[in-house]
Amino acid sequence: MRNLLKNIILTSAILASSIATQAQNIAVKGEKVYTMEGKYLENGVVLIKDGKVEKTGVNLNIPSNYEVYSAKVVTPGFIDAHSVVGLAGIFNQKHDQDQLEDSSPIQPELRAIDAYNAREALVVFLREMGITTVHTGHGPGALMSGKTMIVKTVGDTAEEAIVKEEAMIAMTIGSSVASKFKSPGTRSKGIAMLRETFVKAQTYQEKMKNKDASKHPERNLKDEAVGKLLTGELTALVTAQTSRDIITALRLAEEFKFKMILDGGAEVYMVLDEIKKAGISVIIHPTMMRTYGDSQHASFETTGKVADFGIPMAFQSGFEGYVPKTRVVTFEAAIAVANGLDYEKAMKALTIVAAKILGIENRVGSLKAGKDADLVLYDGDPFEYTSHVEKVIVNGKVVSDKRK
Amino acid sequence: MNVKTGLFLACVLFSSQGLMAQTQVFKGAKIYPISGEPIENGVLIVKNGKIESVGKGNDIKIPKDAVVTDISGKVIMPGLVDTHSHIGNGDGGDGSGPLHPDVRILDAIDVNSDTFKKARAGGITTVNIMPGSGHLMSGQTAYVKLRKDPRTINDMLFVSDPINEIAGGMKMANGTNSLRGKPFSGTRGKSVALVRELFVKAQHYKSKMEAAKGDKSKLPARDLELEAIVQVLDGKRVVHFHTHRHDDIMTILRLKKEFGFKVVLHHVSEGWKVAKEIAEAGVPCSIITIDSPGGKMEAVDLIFETGGILEKAGVLVGYHTDDGITDSRLFLRSAAIGFRAGMSEKKALESLTIANAKMLDLDKRVGTLEKGKDADFIILSGNPLSVYTHVLQTWVEGQKVFDYSNPDDKKYLTGGPDVFRGEFYSHHDDLSEGDMK
Repeated sequence: MRNLLKNIILTSAILASSIATQAQNIAVKGEKVYTMEGKYLENGVVLIKDGKVEKTGVNLNIPSNYEVYSAKVVTPGFIDAHSVVGLAGIFNQKHDQDQLEDSSPIQPELRAIDAYNAREALVVFLREMGITTVHTGHGPGALMSGKTMIVKTVGDTAEEAIVKEEAMIAMTIGSSVASKFKSPGTRSKGIAMLRETFVKAQTYQEKMKNKDASKHPERNLKDEAVGKLLTGELTALVTAQTSRDIITALRLAEEFKFKMILDGGAEVYMVLDEIKKAGISVIIHPTMMRTYGDSQHASFETTGKVADFGIPMAFQSGFEGYVPKTRVVTFEAAIAVANGLDYEKAMKALTIVAAKILGIENRVGSLKAGKDADLVLYDGDPFEYTSHVEKVIVNGKVVSDKRK
Repeated sequence: MNVKTGLFLACVLFSSQGLMAQTQVFKGAKIYPISGEPIENGVLIVKNGKIESVGKGNDIKIPKDAVVTDISGKVIMPGLVDTHSHIGNGDGGDGSGPLHPDVRILDAIDVNSDTFKKARAGGITTVNIMPGSGHLMSGQTAYVKLRKDPRTINDMLFVSDPINEIAGGMKMANGTNSLRGKPFSGTRGKSVALVRELFVKAQHYKSKMEAAKGDKSKLPARDLELEAIVQVLDGKRVVHFHTHRHDDIMTILRLKKEFGFKVVLHHVSEGWKVAKEIAEAGVPCSIITIDSPGGKMEAVDLIFETGGILEKAGVLVGYHTDDGITDSRLFLRSAAIGFRAGMSEKKALESLTIANAKMLDLDKRVGTLEKGKDADFIILSGNPLSVYTHVLQTWVEGQKVFDYSNPDDKKYLTGGPDVFRGEFYSHHDDLSEGDMK
């Protein structure tokens, strides 16, 4: 009996301490709390329990066992809607650059999860800058470079970081493909190769429909992956910068009836009608992207035009061969706001709209009861050059309290 | 010269001088003269391309014949000085060897390049145009003014005689960019040995020149390479040294100690690790703001805090664009991020202006708003270190070279259809991508 009592006491002590470190209850107070569920709250409070948002509001009663943090501004963790981070590493050496396989221009079977390094220094950097969710994977440069994934910028393994293991298939239409492969050497050839790929996948799919399994073709990972575009199970993330390449992408999507999201879009301001009519969302190029090659006509004002046209839009860090090895979407949005993008729309593009475009709005993108408790605390306007990130909370845990 | 041409020339001279001679007054703005405390309700008076006076609205007498512009609510500060840029599509030494002291970038600059318009849109008025970092010494740099409508490079230089005057500095580099296959050096040790040999040779050349005491028959045969290095040894030509890693920085301080040249450290990603040593050597640092660390091994420890750490150590700190690495249109941003990460506001503003002018030995001409200095200034919509602030106007030597309200100018700020020609200075024009890493 005495032993049993001892055991019970010991067990409950262990339980209590593990709860304290793992599922801390937190109350975040903010002079301005952007819940992204309606107008921001003035002097708002976010209660966090078991890694989720428990409640938001003003004048909330904060239970005594909640750790309280205060900040000038509070936002949901920002979402980087397209990156290669984790596949591309900080060193920029062969051993940490897995964002583009150049053995063949069409390899949709490659999976981001097989190359994602959750402990990558750039992932840590983004986390400390308040970027909590990243859509990453094989990058632009191949006709089909691989399957992307969505991660939180936490976790020691890819498995721990996953929000969505297979998100989209990354495709590129434009002159950058010809610069990396012997064939396609031209735009038209690239599209012919893509069409052949889709036609082949259609045939494969037809054969797989046969009720007699003995008549099925041998399993083919490439056809299987492209097949997921044909069935709508996966979305195509099509990187296209020039207006002609954007229109070509729409033509391809119409022919093979796949869902697409436009990525990049340096000249999207020239074809807004077509994009809107096709019901396509845009993950816009970094505002500060260099203006050369296919992107030479990029403009600081594009984001404002896209958002004002009513086209769903998110920000991305994109891909750089040199520096900066990753961009920070907060910085990109700031320059967009300074050049005409509405402030609220910018905030949405970094949170709830990005979450919707990526299909993860049930988990992230706003501060709503039941959603993941991913929050960032700032000492001022998040877009202002001179403001700092003071704390980052992911899944209800403080993952950074460095002033950044 | 016939009479007709003479008359024509006289007219041109007269009219342009007439324009320049017109006194211009800008009143009502908050003025950051940089040479002193900010002035609320300030007045700036400009005449003949020079600053006539700067002061408080009530204290300054406004000349009767002046053109007065009321810019109440706006901000004026000196035109920005960029110590390290690759605008203008120039180039430097080629792949024939690692050291090119005789190569001048001013022989290759395209004055019509749209990159100059981009820089004016960013409020930049003075630029040190440099050849790349793929060589231990890639050539002579050019100090230029972004004057209105230049027709030739002569219209942009600070000097009036580019054949006989020193028109810029000397670009050098250490670390990995200049480590390449033959005929380049493959190791850091060999790199330094090559540089020392060149400097020692120049020392001998200099002694022979001095020993000749003007006797032409005793002068050594003219050597363009050594001539330029002698200018470096004499402190007349500043060395602009690309460097990232702490040990490479120490190597430069060692070289400086041995040969006694004037040097500015550029980029200085790991400068924060040896801030004390840099301060003790009295060497200025021109740093770069990159939005994330890495991109190459020697820049992995790059941090936003470098400016603040160096400032506290007592180092003269400036920022540069390294355009196309960062964008001339956003130069103010570089220092704003430095301020965010610990620099004082005062030093952050100096790091865009007077600190950089000092690094180029041009501080008598530019970098502050003071009587007698060149009338290079920018009019801003607000606080210089705010993301929401726009450069409304850029003025060089009393002439407006950028106006945000003019769509033909503004497009060089925003970009858009058929604005930029798609040029990108790769930074290592004669290098393959593999070498770059």
